[in-house]
Amino acid sequence: MLKRKDLLGLIDVSKDELSEILDVAAHMKAKLKAGDKCLSELKGKTATILFYENSTRTRTSFELAAKYLGAQVVNIAAGTSSVAKGETLVDTGKTLDAQLNDFLIMRHPMGGAHYLLSKVVNASVLNAGDGMNEHPTQALLDMLTMTESFGNLQGLKVAILGDIKHSRVAKSNLFGLRTMGAEVYMYAPETLIPKGIDRLGAKLCKTKEEALQDADVVMGLRIQLERQQAGNFPSLSEYAHFYGVSANDLKLAKPHAIVMHPGPVNRGVELTGKVIDHDQSRIEEQVFSGIAVRMAALKLLNDYRNSK
Amino acid sequence: MIIRNGNVVLKNSVEKKDILIQDGKIVQIADKLPKGDNEIDASGLHIFPGLIDMHVHLREPGFEHKEDIESGAKAAVKGGFTQICCMPNTYPVADNKVVVSYIKNRAKEVGLCKIHPIGAITKGEKGEQLAEIGEMKAAGAVAISDDGVSVNNSRLMYLAMEYAKGFDIKCLCHCEDKNLVDGGVVNEGLSSTIAGLKGIPRAAEDIMIARDIALAESLDMPVHICHVSTHSGVRLIRDAKRAGVKVTAETCPHYFAATDNIVRTFDTFTKVNPPIREEVDKQAILEGLKDGTLDCIVTDHAPHHTNDKNVEYNLAAFGISGIETSLGFAVTYLYKAGVLTLPQIAEKMSAAPARILGLDGGEIAEGAVADLTVVDLEKEWIVDPATFVSKGKNNPFKGWKLNGAVAYTIVDGEVKYQQEK
Repeated sequence: MLKRKDLLGLIDVSKDELSEILDVAAHMKAKLKAGDKCLSELKGKTATILFYENSTRTRTSFELAAKYLGAQVVNIAAGTSSVAKGETLVDTGKTLDAQLNDFLIMRHPMGGAHYLLSKVVNASVLNAGDGMNEHPTQALLDMLTMTESFGNLQGLKVAILGDIKHSRVAKSNLFGLRTMGAEVYMYAPETLIPKGIDRLGAKLCKTKEEALQDADVVMGLRIQLERQQAGNFPSLSEYAHFYGVSANDLKLAKPHAIVMHPGPVNRGVELTGKVIDHDQSRIEEQVFSGIAVRMAALKLLNDYRNSK
Repeated sequence: MIIRNGNVVLKNSVEKKDILIQDGKIVQIADKLPKGDNEIDASGLHIFPGLIDMHVHLREPGFEHKEDIESGAKAAVKGGFTQICCMPNTYPVADNKVVVSYIKNRAKEVGLCKIHPIGAITKGEKGEQLAEIGEMKAAGAVAISDDGVSVNNSRLMYLAMEYAKGFDIKCLCHCEDKNLVDGGVVNEGLSSTIAGLKGIPRAAEDIMIARDIALAESLDMPVHICHVSTHSGVRLIRDAKRAGVKVTAETCPHYFAATDNIVRTFDTFTKVNPPIREEVDKQAILEGLKDGTLDCIVTDHAPHHTNDKNVEYNLAAFGISGIETSLGFAVTYLYKAGVLTLPQIAEKMSAAPARILGLDGGEIAEGAVADLTVVDLEKEWIVDPATFVSKGKNNPFKGWKLNGAVAYTIVDGEVKYQQEK
């Protein structure tokens, strides 16, 4: 059983724990597919969603996941809360704790913010993305989607292309996939590869071909326009040319390979429209998986809370 | 006063001697002095020339919630320091004779250790216009520095150093290329990647070290490089010294004892500028201390209030409160580890800073000022910031085991700190 108060990242989550979350998520997904959206695992529990960054899919995904499990959900946009009046994260956390929240689901632009929050609250903290650090539920939904396609993650070749350096998605995926025995190949402009990532088990590629050759999974990462303005690469078109994936590039991957992207996609930059709409694309399936893994994470953290 | 039977750390040796002190001076050093009325039994203890920390932040005026001159001085003598030099990044900035005089006067009122103000290079440390360097020197500033930032404009820095030359006052250079730092908070490397925190490349420090060496060479004048943290910075300074450039340099305990692995827990007490770097840097710093490339050890004591640190890593203030642990780190990680001898530690923590800034002190000799630090080298203790007398409890080494505790701190022949029995 998952034995932790918080889900802050996948860096220290074991293979058994990951397997359990994915198993429960698969079970949740089956229920949702059967049209069962009125579950009761979190009945009587409260979850507050605190987002210090804009988001549509992750925020609604968490909200629906908690609601499908029967929890009461409160949404706070940091821009309209006391945060805008200068309250510190620690004080905000203590306030939310005093309101008897069971779960705090937070997105924050700064790495490690969740570690700070988790230390000062009794509520379980779920990381919905912290700066360049981690985005554990995104990696879990990616892993669930891959598991559904291939049955197992062991030995899969996962090629991740794009802005690795600023990507919490790439890092959580690297941690989770390596733990589960998959191979993670990364390809990006040199300016967007974080130092030492290879020492964490990533295989850095010199060419797009090397990354895509015989890949089971091809994952694009969103590139933020401001990275170009900050001088990380000269133009979106050059970026698309060298680091984007076209239908032609996709032929290098295995015939059954799937295409993924955490979204939102810049069409024609990370992936061409043809690739996004390809029948091997799992981008919409990822969104569905997102609800299931978040339900699983909430349920398992709740089981642990109840066991104490 | 007689300090009897201590192991006296002299320039090139350690000898068991008695020391006679009168009127604030060392009058006699002998094998066996006749009995006096005021004696300190230093059997089993080591007597260092009074330690000098030429790089601290006392926060007064303006940030007394972090530290003030009195709490800082108390922390200093507890750490074994008889003289400290405080950086000008107060509020208002010590960029004029009024603030410099204020600090001198407060130090005199407090009266624990000698406190020497360092004036700013530029007004408000803004890097735009020269501060009144001559006036500050006349008021008692022992050096100038814009510590906390570099003077980015090389032309202005060139002129500042050239102007300072006329007043025979030294520039202490904080080396940091702000554009390259670009909001980074930890060393760029495996640890910054693991933590997802923005990294600061070594080059951000090295570029400014190289620039300031170039300015000094061009002007044929001395320059001092603050808190060196990179292996490449050590090499730049070593090469410059070999070429005859008059460069001196300092480093801090957190750079010779720790690596950036400690940032991975997001402990904001580990956030310091320049950042704690990697094993290769730590080893180079140790080598630099050993071969003389790095002249002295300073603390860069940077006390902060809990409100400045109990926030997200990116938002936390830079700095470590280190004046009460510095000697312990030197004894444990330099002397006990076989990197430096005791006379070499006395050189790095007393003689060299005195020489670089022209301060009275730095040696144990007949006729010298009676500033002495008496140390129990064998005493083992565990760092607990809660017990600091500094207002700043921001020290990331809680729980670390250190050797070397200060038994007495003696300033001008008076005991200003005595360890509780």
